[in-house]
Amino acid sequence: MSQQSANNKMVIKLVAIVIGMFGFGFALVPLYDVFCDVTGINGKTEGTAAVYQSVEIDESREVTVEFITRTNSGMPWEFRAETKRVKVHPGELNTVSFYVRNPASSNIVAQAIPSVSPGMAALYLNKTECFCFNQQPLDAGSEAYMPMQFYVDPQLPEEITFFTLQYTLYDVTARASDLTTTPNPFMASTPSTGE
Amino acid sequence: MSKATEVISPDTTAPHDEHAHHEHEHHDHIPKGITRWLFTTNHKDIGTLYLWFAFIMFLVGGAMAMVIRAELFQPGLQIVEPNFFNQMTTVHGLIMVFGAVMPAFTGLANWLIPMMIGAPDMALPRMNNWSFWILPGAFLILLSSLFMEGGGPAFGWTFYAPLSTTYSGDSTALFVFSVHIMGISSIMGAINVIVTIFNMRAPGMTWMKMPLFVWTWLITAFLLIAVMPVLAGAVTMVLTDKFFGTSFFDAAGGGDPVMFQHIFWFFGHPEVYIMILPAFGIISQIVPTFSRKQLFGYASMVYATASIALLSFVVWAHHMFTTGMPVYMEMFFMFATMLISVPTGVKVFNWVATMWRGSLSFEMPMMFAIAFIVLFTIGGLSGLMLAITPVDFQYHDTYFVVAHFHYVLVTGAVFSIMAAVYYWLPKWTGKMYDTTLAKWHFWCSLVSVNVLFFPMHFVGLAGMPRRIPDYALQFADFNKWISVGGFAFGLSQLIFLALLIKACKKQGEAVSAQVWDGAEGLEWEIPSPAPYHTFETPPVVK
Repeated sequence: MSQQSANNKMVIKLVAIVIGMFGFGFALVPLYDVFCDVTGINGKTEGTAAVYQSVEIDESREVTVEFITRTNSGMPWEFRAETKRVKVHPGELNTVSFYVRNPASSNIVAQAIPSVSPGMAALYLNKTECFCFNQQPLDAGSEAYMPMQFYVDPQLPEEITFFTLQYTLYDVTARASDLTTTPNPFMASTPSTGE
Repeated sequence: MSKATEVISPDTTAPHDEHAHHEHEHHDHIPKGITRWLFTTNHKDIGTLYLWFAFIMFLVGGAMAMVIRAELFQPGLQIVEPNFFNQMTTVHGLIMVFGAVMPAFTGLANWLIPMMIGAPDMALPRMNNWSFWILPGAFLILLSSLFMEGGGPAFGWTFYAPLSTTYSGDSTALFVFSVHIMGISSIMGAINVIVTIFNMRAPGMTWMKMPLFVWTWLITAFLLIAVMPVLAGAVTMVLTDKFFGTSFFDAAGGGDPVMFQHIFWFFGHPEVYIMILPAFGIISQIVPTFSRKQLFGYASMVYATASIALLSFVVWAHHMFTTGMPVYMEMFFMFATMLISVPTGVKVFNWVATMWRGSLSFEMPMMFAIAFIVLFTIGGLSGLMLAITPVDFQYHDTYFVVAHFHYVLVTGAVFSIMAAVYYWLPKWTGKMYDTTLAKWHFWCSLVSVNVLFFPMHFVGLAGMPRRIPDYALQFADFNKWISVGGFAFGLSQLIFLALLIKACKKQGEAVSAQVWDGAEGLEWEIPSPAPYHTFETPPVVK
């Protein structure tokens, strides 16, 4: 009957829309990241190291970069920035250091998540080296100085003269791939100056 | 004796209808017993099942609201634990949205769409049976999770991550499963509505001749199939984040909790129009009948509905103004949201223009419809206030928001459903319901619902946060009034229950086919009560 087949055709089309929208729900996840990357509105910095090319240093202006640290709830580490704020010329390579100590009686693996405010500045903050690129294991009771090397892109809009980089430290021991075989390269008692 | 029964005119059993009636009478052997309801593929039976289910869920969700209002009757913690309070706010919301309002509209769609477009039944009757019968299971799962160790879902109906991922109990799995089933049920219902309207209209029933209830439901059905799968995706992500170690919403693993809100509200905002567009359709059927005029601006109503549906996809982040979006995005979502008040204003204008110089009479459906127009507009205005980004920073998460969405959902959606029941119930049962009880129900509901929700605006503006079992002393007086209004509104619904039981026992005076003397449309041309099978031979629409 033609009514029957017309109905079936329509149902197939509608079910295809339903499946497509279910997929779209999941596609929103990468789309969200792409959108945030392009517009820089989420304050997320790149998860991989930038390559420092000898860019021209803009001596004419200074940008203040402030560092804030916090630990997620349930994360026992002590975590602080050795330098609270630094004035840099765009294009110039800087290194700052963060101190961590694991006061707990067990070994813990941490992951630092950066967030830049105002979010637009994240597009112009290039990190050539960061402890946040990897998970950081720390034995019970030990401490470490973790370096972060960055430069501010000279393309940074004029109106941004000040921005904040915040790191939140998460306890990822449960999901860490291998706790014992990868000692923290920064684990030391003296401040590391970075490589 | 009410006016409603007096206006019935006996002239409506036109020869055409008489003929149709006799022609089909020999088909009308209605199955008996429980299996009639379990195995039914009849759109009228399924509509009845949906409506009763929705009403039972309305009472269950209402009982939870009573627990909430009892706890908030005075400051301090006296009746329930905070965790149980949170479960009550969560499950109250879920039940009212997915168990009461949406199934009630689907029930009305089942009953009315085939009769309105001259179709013998829904296009996919077997799927229709399934889409109803998986619903009680879904809500049994959700309700039984309340009795689990650690309790049921307590993260709000919006189940924001990380509340639903990191800080929730094991019952979250049951919550996710039940939402999946509810979603599948509404998607099947929506597919059925779309196929029915596209393929089964009677000859001559062109698109722009369709009754507005059919139009609004068609657009709602498209919204449903577009966003219910996104909700299914969101709950699936919560499930895998919580139990299978993914990090969609966990920053430590590279995810983002704010993304949850984007995905949820991409579903959630069209969802609120899913709960109001059919209401617009109902009001557009009722107002012309009791104004004895054609609906003013039929075409503009259709276009306004479609514009609201389209705009609903680009306003979701107005629920998230305080999450730290850049200013230009907040401006976009603010203006897009305000734009919605244009087509909505067109609708309110058209209803008022329909009544203008009409020959008005105030039977029960019209009373509820007028209450809808006035009170929904109040809800719309507070919505416009909430759309203004800077002031939303003050109103966000306060009782002002609670007042807003209860005005649009209770005095909006729920009142429209009650209006619809009072309008079409005589057609379904063939008898006029008890109009004295109906008047009691209307006036008690109207007064108590305003005592219940109006003061919420004030405590909200004064800063009382929502979803908290305790509050500061200065809110005590208003909360006492709100709770009294709440209990009164809850009890008023028992009058409605009594009326419905009487109506289902087929007590009352017999009504004519047209029932209301201003009523127009195919459903008023078939006899009352509507025969078990109608329009087996399609009518011809002039």
